[in-house]
Amino acid sequence: MATKSLKARHKALADNHRQLEILNGGIFDEGLLPYFKDKIAETGQFPLKPKRLEILQINVGYMCNQVCEHCHVDAGPDRKEIMTRETMGLCLEVIRNTGAHTLDLTGGAPEMNPDFRWFVEEAAKAGIQDFIVRSNLTIIKANKKYHDLPEFFKKYNIHVVSSMPHYTRGKTDKQRGNGVFDKSISALQELNAVGYGMPDSPLRLDLVYNPSGAYLPADQAALERDFKKALREDFNIYFHNLFAITNLPISRFLDYLIASENYEDYMYSLVEAYNPAAVQNVMCTNTISVSWDGWLYDCDFNQMLDLKVASKVKHIRDYNEDLLNDRKIVISQHCYGCTAGAGSSCQGVVA
Amino acid sequence: MANSYYDPADLRKFGKITEWSEELGTKFFDYYNKVFEEGALSAREKSLIALAVAHVVKCPYCIDAYTKDGLQRGITKEEMMEAVHAGAAIESGATLVHGVQMMNKYNKLSM
Repeated sequence: MATKSLKARHKALADNHRQLEILNGGIFDEGLLPYFKDKIAETGQFPLKPKRLEILQINVGYMCNQVCEHCHVDAGPDRKEIMTRETMGLCLEVIRNTGAHTLDLTGGAPEMNPDFRWFVEEAAKAGIQDFIVRSNLTIIKANKKYHDLPEFFKKYNIHVVSSMPHYTRGKTDKQRGNGVFDKSISALQELNAVGYGMPDSPLRLDLVYNPSGAYLPADQAALERDFKKALREDFNIYFHNLFAITNLPISRFLDYLIASENYEDYMYSLVEAYNPAAVQNVMCTNTISVSWDGWLYDCDFNQMLDLKVASKVKHIRDYNEDLLNDRKIVISQHCYGCTAGAGSSCQGVVA
Repeated sequence: MANSYYDPADLRKFGKITEWSEELGTKFFDYYNKVFEEGALSAREKSLIALAVAHVVKCPYCIDAYTKDGLQRGITKEEMMEAVHAGAAIESGATLVHGVQMMNKYNKLSM
């Protein structure tokens, strides 16, 4: 289990140009598999255009208390990219003037940003009603200063979306590090204790499942049934929905695919599972992703590849919704990850 | 032509068998896909049965396919290994139950 980011280990794949070379070259360059743009063109969906903006997804920093094997952010304790209060101020300005109704906070561990709580409080004042925080769960147990997070989440009616790779200890710890399973279980019990995830509770607690290896997630509903049954029977834990998310072949997961000689097979699996119906609802069609330093992207994955929006407006300080809505979404071969099978987004399946 | 009998990359070419017999190939895949849908048995249960049978018929392609299918369905390695033992137990049982035939023949031929 790695304890440092690819960046801190000076690995070649910490460089997004190298990642794009891989995604654009090899089996795609040789014509063995079709480029994503050609695939979506078959059903007249190229160029991909955004619909109405609904979600502002803000990455408040790449620092994290965990170093997960599959992390597309290459997050970890050694990452120092953290959103400043000044950039948060620019985001608040946009929140006041945009039609977006949902603020989706991610990271890293978003709670580790020293201004995280201030930002939530200010965003609530600015009129955000739907908050999502993508919490890794263990952060709640990581330090005394985070122990009251369940109460804080509750106060702002934050929708908590938490990662949980499996309902067994072995699979969870292999992907996320030793001890992660027990801490996650304990954190879920604390969230349940304040009302999160309970049947009919308005305090939403959803789990995110992503495969711990070079395979795609199967049927989300069946996985949800298995997770619910196991977590209830073994730990008396309740949650609302399970989102099955496909791992996209970038950053640490791409590094793993290549090192384990699974890259080509995985890309074949993604392309074989391509579902044109999923293209209509991929998250880049209703979301804008903002990086810790204020740049704008079509999604969090493009952010990690430094593929900024194809618009005159590229930074939150110049935000203009009309101009942005007129853009073409930037795509590459990693996009097959969001259109495989029933599709994949930060809210799980899309088709 | 490959110089070994099995190539893992051949598995994803399985669908090509329809090219040489459209009707039979298509009928087979329709049947195959129908079998593994949710039914009286869950798709998860059928995946484990397929994994056990894959071992009994010693099909490397099927073993690759249903190990991956099981992972996708969240099936644990303990469940997978138990399924393989279930297949192996039936296979060895099938051998051993013929021991009765051997005993019968032995007894018949012996004074």
